[in-house]
Amino acid sequence: MRLPLLALLAKEPAHGYELKQALEVTFGSAYPSPNIGQIYVTLGRLEKDGFVRAVDVEQSNRPNKKVYYLTAAGREALEAWVDEPTEGPRVRDEFFMKLVLAPLTGIADRMALVNRQRRHYLSLMRDLGELAERTDPGNRVARLLIEGAMLHLQADLDWLERCQEDLT
Amino acid sequence: MWPAVTSTPVIRATGLVKIYQTGGLPVPAVRGVDLVVEPGEFVAIMGPSGSGKSTFVHMLGGLETRTSGEIWLDGKRADTLSESGWAVLRRQKVGFVFQFFNLVTNMTVADNVELPALLGGASPKHARERREYLLAELGLEERAGAAPGQLSGGEQQRVALARALANQPRLLLADEPTGNLDSRNTRDVLKLLGKVHRQGQTIVLVTHDARVASMADRVVSLLDGQIVDDAPIARLQRRPGGTAGDIVELHG
Ligand SMILES: Nc1ncnc2c1ncn2[C@@H]1O[C@H](COP(=O)(O)OP(=O)(O)OP(=O)(O)O)[C@@H](O)[C@H]1O
Ligand SMILES: [Mg+2]
Repeated sequence: MRLPLLALLAKEPAHGYELKQALEVTFGSAYPSPNIGQIYVTLGRLEKDGFVRAVDVEQSNRPNKKVYYLTAAGREALEAWVDEPTEGPRVRDEFFMKLVLAPLTGIADRMALVNRQRRHYLSLMRDLGELAERTDPGNRVARLLIEGAMLHLQADLDWLERCQEDLT
Repeated sequence: MWPAVTSTPVIRATGLVKIYQTGGLPVPAVRGVDLVVEPGEFVAIMGPSGSGKSTFVHMLGGLETRTSGEIWLDGKRADTLSESGWAVLRRQKVGFVFQFFNLVTNMTVADNVELPALLGGASPKHARERREYLLAELGLEERAGAAPGQLSGGEQQRVALARALANQPRLLLADEPTGNLDSRNTRDVLKLLGKVHRQGQTIVLVTHDARVASMADRVVSLLDGQIVDDAPIARLQRRPGGTAGDIVELHG
């Protein structure tokens, strides 16, 4: 979550709660919003690394709040992040590990593993479909995020079918 | 004892086998399949290419003869019917969407869709209303006067679905009904399938598309002509406070 927070702070200084809200508004219900604790922990680390700095802002009848802003080092880190090509998805699939290794131990049979996993993927797909229906059609970011998740899931299912053909 | 409330299954197939005999070598395409589908159920059939999915649903619709086994549709023995017997049964009870559409090329889209309803005994007025409704649901109202040859593959496939649903069949059999569709057109098809399913339509559908399969109550997986899995698609148990968004993972 470090870089997304830097990106939001590059737009304008903000306190932790505002960053949480900005993430929610941008990505919609499709994105599991980080809890405020995670955000403060990340901000603390970014501050320690010199990428952000905080100023205390007095509030009339509440405790002071910390407003964070981006440092020059933070902007550099952000630019480097934007400039570098992003890794493609790697096949690092926990299910595949199970599929290959579990039968060696005799605790599971591959056919049953594949079948259960297929139905699980279809349940996930059904949830995504329902999520898509509930999502504001105007929120293009959220819609694309869901569509991306669906396409990945389809690829996982296709791969599962290949595994079933070749390994069972 | 309570009264028997068991309803007649829409499909009951037992020990279905299909061995193609082309030239020398026999090709066993379906090797002993049992399937029971209750009224109102939506069953998705999945499996790799060549696993026998089309052969299986073609046999269920009487479009391919079986080598052995029994097929009962709506309580009536069907596998022993003659070709014309099957034709009557299909007209009354089965809507079929083929993997490669099979539209009547020298008739308009509208006539293609109305024909099964008319053959099934619907009044011309009713057939027209049903056609208008289905084509509108599939975003095709403007193509009603066109000939199938003037349509894209995806459009033809949607017309084929409209045709199959025209006389509100007891059973909808569909072979890859979204195989040629882009994601927007797939969405129209999904919506219509969901709608007719909620209205009680029994559906057995072959698909590779996870979005289509995920709408089913049950998934049947074929491998080498045999069923290797047949079970409901469960509702996920999410932890309290978790959202469906937990599925979506953004790294960074
Ligand atoms: N008319 C035919 N004559 C001979 N063999 C056939 C015939 N139709 C299908 N087959 C063979 O039967 C097997 C099953 O074919 P089928 O078309 O049912 O598979 P499928 O699961 O529908 O595949 P796909 O996903 O590619 O549509 C294959 O090996 C195929 O080559
Ligand atoms: Mg096929």
